[in-house]
Amino acid sequence: MIEIKNVSKVFKTKEGTVDALRDVNITIPDGDIFGIIGMSGAGKSTLVRCINMLEKPTKGSVLIDDTDLCTLSEKQLRKVRKNVTMIFQSFNLLMQKNCLKNVCFPLELAGVKRADAKKRALELLELVGLQDKAKAYPAQLSGGQQQRVAIARALATDPKVLLCDEATSALDPNTTGAILELIADINKKLGITVVVITHQMSVVERICKHVAIIDDGCVAEQGEVAQVFADPESDAAKQLVYSDELSKIIDQCGGFGHTVRVVFNGAEAAKTPLIAQLAESKGILANIAYASTKSIGDKAYGSMILGIDGDEKVLAQSLDFITSIKGITAREVFVNDK
Amino acid sequence: MISDFFSSPEFKEAWEIFKTQFPLAVWETVYVTVVSTFFAILIGLPLGVLLVVGEKGGVRPIPGFILKLLNALINLLRSVPFLILMILVFPLTRALIGTVVGTTPSIVPLVIAAFPFVARLAESSLREVSQNTIEMAQSMGASPFKIITKVLIPESVPSLISNATIAVTTVLGYSAMSGIIGGGGLGKIAINYGYYRYKYIVMIFAVVLLILIVQLFQSVGTKLAKKTDKRLKG
Repeated sequence: MIEIKNVSKVFKTKEGTVDALRDVNITIPDGDIFGIIGMSGAGKSTLVRCINMLEKPTKGSVLIDDTDLCTLSEKQLRKVRKNVTMIFQSFNLLMQKNCLKNVCFPLELAGVKRADAKKRALELLELVGLQDKAKAYPAQLSGGQQQRVAIARALATDPKVLLCDEATSALDPNTTGAILELIADINKKLGITVVVITHQMSVVERICKHVAIIDDGCVAEQGEVAQVFADPESDAAKQLVYSDELSKIIDQCGGFGHTVRVVFNGAEAAKTPLIAQLAESKGILANIAYASTKSIGDKAYGSMILGIDGDEKVLAQSLDFITSIKGITAREVFVNDK
Repeated sequence: MISDFFSSPEFKEAWEIFKTQFPLAVWETVYVTVVSTFFAILIGLPLGVLLVVGEKGGVRPIPGFILKLLNALINLLRSVPFLILMILVFPLTRALIGTVVGTTPSIVPLVIAAFPFVARLAESSLREVSQNTIEMAQSMGASPFKIITKVLIPESVPSLISNATIAVTTVLGYSAMSGIIGGGGLGKIAINYGYYRYKYIVMIFAVVLLILIVQLFQSVGTKLAKKTDKRLKG
């Protein structure tokens, strides 16, 4: 278990001090895939570096399995880091070493015998599907392949925690999907706790069980991904969840009085002919401006943006009606929420 | 006309000098250059490493005043003209070698002139390793020493080789200059015959050979740097 307790980080620069993190409290259970999401500059990269102490928190403590990392010496920290490894946005492979040697690198640092290290590295390259690239150099690989090598390398020392710092941000959507699948797979097979840092809600929705939204150095909201997706509370969460959907409808909804976002949770809710019932029983006509389905965790979710014409009373009636159906949440949204 | 030149007594004399004296001179020049560069790298590379890892925010910061002192020393040695430096280090040369005249003694001023240069070249090579790569090594629990030996230096080998080539050719140029104060090699011949005895043809022979040696060092260095660089695809 990773416990981040009252962590604050202040950077001193020539222009003054910057509060990168302010009183952050997050608990990450063992075996979880935990998303930390925020806009660039929100402090999420600093936060993830506090988990392996590449950045020392100015205040607060970081506990991994009840060991307070802030009290450890550099030497002790180096040992901890074999248990808490990291992959990066820019892959950060050693460009002058082939894939096999790259995967061997952390094993060499750990003092593993050369032959044993090679054997383990080949197993790991097989796990990430690159056994045939053992002798290839990073420059000969695509971005996705490079990230696979980096994942194999991060797993070499049998870590308990894998930190992913924007690991898919430099990749195209298809490759992103494949890498996320690999990470989810590893989490399932090896039981490693995964912390995913990202600025994309789609990444969180795809593989995370829990999420913390970081805004301006603070935790704006945290909880189960499905919950946050269906009903975001904080402004930062709304921005992240809505931006995708609202960006697609900007002008289409202009003619309607109110914009309502409806989220269907699971198959049961999806069976209800919502729009037809709304028209039939309430006489309210709704225009579908956007609709999509996605799976979060193992469940299917549908989301819809409706344009509803009418005054506040009509809106209240519609919301009452929609939310009375089991498994459906609805909330008025504003185009400038994005 | 050209055949007149080749059959002229001046040319015949120069050719005689070329045949009898140049083999040794070439050997002396190459020997002095290679040995001096070797020692310059032996001293300069660790200093270059120190300049990179020792700075604030580096892998292994050292006290600021030591870094400033080191920088000042390097700048100071680099700003003394080589001709004057040679004379300045006479006492040291005498202490180390026993004499100041000859081929081997000229290695002392050459090393002292070249190691600060090598330190700066090494510094610039090592700085090419991205901060992200270093952070990766730190995140894997690498100690500062392991970061230097397993990341910083291996990752910058092609650049270090290119820069070592620059160092070799510069030292070669300096070694020719050392002919003025008693150093051996092609420089001595060029100065003794060309400057003191007006035998220009001998001087031209010496210069041509110097050019050839530089070309040789440079093309070997460039090839080696390219061959070791795994960032180049294919």
